[in-house]
Amino acid sequence: MEIFKYKKPLSLMDKSKRFGLLSIVLLVLSLGLILTKGFNLGVDFAGGTLIQVKYEGEAPIKKVREAISVDKAYEGASVTFFGSHEEIVIRTKMSSQVLGEDVGKKMNELLKKTGTLEVRRVDMIGAKVGSELREKGLMAMIIAIIGILLYVSFRFEWRFAIASVMALLHDVTIAMGMIVLFNVEVNLDILAALLTILGYSLNDTIIVFDRIREGIRTIKNPDLENIIDESVTRTLSRTTLTSLTTFFVVLTLFVFGGEIIHGFAFTLLVGVVVGTYSSIFVASPILMWLGFSVSGFREKEAVKLKREKEKEKMRAMYENGTI
Amino acid sequence: MKTLNYRVVLFAFALIFGVIFSIPSLTQSEQGKKITLGLDLQGGLHMLLGIKSEVAIESRIKSMAATVKYIFDDEEIIFDELRINEDQTITFELLDTDDVPKAKMLLQKEIEGTIFSENGMKFILEMTAEEQVRTEKNAIQQAVDTIRNRLNEFGLAEPTVAKQGEDKILVEVPGIKTQEDKQRLKKLIERAAHLQLMAVDEDRIARVNTMSPAEAKSFGDVILTDVNTPEKYLLRAIPVLDGSMLTDAKVGFDEQNQPVINFTLNGQGAKIFGDFTGKYVGKRMAVVLDNKVYSAPVINERIGGGRVQISGRFEFSEAQDLAIALRSGALLAPVVIESERFIGPSLGADSIQASSLALLLGFILVVIFMVIYYGMAGVIANVALIGNLFLILAIMSLAGATLTLPGMAGIVLTVGMAVDANVIINERIRELLHQGKSIGKSIEDGYNNAFTAIFDANVTTLIAAIVLVVYGTGAIKGFAITMGIGIAASMLTAIVGTHGIYQWLLPKIDKNKLGFWFGIQRAGVK
Repeated sequence: MEIFKYKKPLSLMDKSKRFGLLSIVLLVLSLGLILTKGFNLGVDFAGGTLIQVKYEGEAPIKKVREAISVDKAYEGASVTFFGSHEEIVIRTKMSSQVLGEDVGKKMNELLKKTGTLEVRRVDMIGAKVGSELREKGLMAMIIAIIGILLYVSFRFEWRFAIASVMALLHDVTIAMGMIVLFNVEVNLDILAALLTILGYSLNDTIIVFDRIREGIRTIKNPDLENIIDESVTRTLSRTTLTSLTTFFVVLTLFVFGGEIIHGFAFTLLVGVVVGTYSSIFVASPILMWLGFSVSGFREKEAVKLKREKEKEKMRAMYENGTI
Repeated sequence: MKTLNYRVVLFAFALIFGVIFSIPSLTQSEQGKKITLGLDLQGGLHMLLGIKSEVAIESRIKSMAATVKYIFDDEEIIFDELRINEDQTITFELLDTDDVPKAKMLLQKEIEGTIFSENGMKFILEMTAEEQVRTEKNAIQQAVDTIRNRLNEFGLAEPTVAKQGEDKILVEVPGIKTQEDKQRLKKLIERAAHLQLMAVDEDRIARVNTMSPAEAKSFGDVILTDVNTPEKYLLRAIPVLDGSMLTDAKVGFDEQNQPVINFTLNGQGAKIFGDFTGKYVGKRMAVVLDNKVYSAPVINERIGGGRVQISGRFEFSEAQDLAIALRSGALLAPVVIESERFIGPSLGADSIQASSLALLLGFILVVIFMVIYYGMAGVIANVALIGNLFLILAIMSLAGATLTLPGMAGIVLTVGMAVDANVIINERIRELLHQGKSIGKSIEDGYNNAFTAIFDANVTTLIAAIVLVVYGTGAIKGFAITMGIGIAASMLTAIVGTHGIYQWLLPKIDKNKLGFWFGIQRAGVK
């Protein structure tokens, strides 16, 4: 089966302004959401306590609210269904130092009269640990980006590095915007998902860039726009197919993976879509706007090649005993 | 027909290796190294403990003061006003000038990690900065060892106790099922188990109910309450001896058949205890545990042999846990639970089921898609994919890695990304076939052309994975590890393995059946 057949290059770069505009609108909306509404930080980062309770039969959510409001420590706690109607989670900003005793045992006592239940999970994170995790998470993100910048600069050129990192920030920002929009609770797993998007988006971009790098060497017409069009078109089938298979897999995680992995899978779903879009329509135009010069790159490559050849020649002469 | 090439042989070895070493994990057999399930999959308790190191320093100073008192008494140096001040210095005054050189010699020889200054007969003893750092470090290491001992004595399967970062302790206990078990365990861990034998200040105890803590301090005393009743005791702040001199603690029963804890002191402790009880017959001595008075009996006679009893209306299980705590020693500094995660066993089972289902479905979808789209080339890619899965499991088993829920997600994701390499390669091969190259040439050039793209893309993803392993904690680390292993394994299976299979099958590939082999129409193929 063949869906994508290469006939002639699509004229993508002509339309790059329109896509640029779309991306800017999405970015502004995402940043606006992040700044105004803000993240719904879970206990991992904000500190606090989360208790997951499973009932036999439907959970009596009203009764639960009444039962726990007896205890001062749970004032202002939120009680919501979790996944199914049999399970609930109770969230409070309080953590151990305030609650003092064992949370799970306390819950068993408070909820004794509401039905047959099982405390399935207790997450209790002190505020100090929460802020430490937050810092560490941000740190991981920054270090990963720096590492990637260095590697791409080394393997390609600095403009490729800037363009790929900009595409990556584009993807992560939009994904974060969606997280805020859909009120996904941000815990450590969401951070992991964002970092995966980072890797995935880059993966996609690099494969397009690799083709452009190849195009620069082999395509005769030194017009960058033409080279990009041709390279992007040539990789289009791969980009779409891989995105599709990854999308399938993440979708099954989203649908069948259970409530705990829901937010993680959601973030990845957004990431796969945005990552694919950006590698086709965002990364390459940035390369163009940064003023990448094909002839300049070719000259540098030629110089590099020449130097290597000279070195080889010298070595050969040395080995032959001429020097 | 061409014989087997090194690539396909390498792949076959990798596949056999993968299958053999993943069998113990897949069958969950007793023998062989296997993957351990993370707490989120098998249920259990995860805790991050902080430590109050300032208390360790305080108690170190206390024990220094106690040593000063003991050796001066022993050497019959007369002194007065021995006290610990707000600024954590120890001061005392000698009463006889002749004792000064001897006292200085003893301080230098016997009390490590301090510097002292003198002003006539008045001495000030201070802890050195290095000793403070050493005490803090020691406190955390000691807490790790002590908690591990306690958990081991409690008889739990494979608890993890490890230092995390500079000042945190990670405790992971699998297999905790009920909230009651959990609370008992937490009590055992948190308990300082700081045992002190303290003299009652008989001269002033009559006034204890009206005395403020500050006033008590000015006399070198401390006010502590009874463990069961609100009764207050006025005790000398510097203890006669503490739990560090204890060698054994066992649960026993007293005359009323109530559980008690009998403990034995070491030689030095027994001597101090014997001397003290001999000297203070008729007075009271308090048994203090974690700053609560358990009993304060009157000393009837000198007690030799170093056997002491704690009674305090215990439940039997409580007495048992307390004996464990006393045996494994006191925590030099109290620990505080900074974060706690408890996962019930049924939730873990649900998670395994849900993510296995997702993994299986995702895998089947990808496999079917590849065969429909690429024909035999898709089958070859699928063989590599299966090899990749086995390799991930085998490497994780051999490394004794822990599989967490995010780790499962990592494997699912790797399935998606591992086929990517084969998609790239197959697209390149098709491209070359369309250009009219021969099959052999298309395959070789296809691999060459695809290699840099796959390599660069994988390395950048690996960079992200490594950063996650280094900076991530717990579950995130698990995710990054499986992803990293998956990527590395995919280089072998998806690039080397499939290449080998193509080379091996090349003589059989019919150029008139490109639809079957590569999923493309013959049009445009020469």
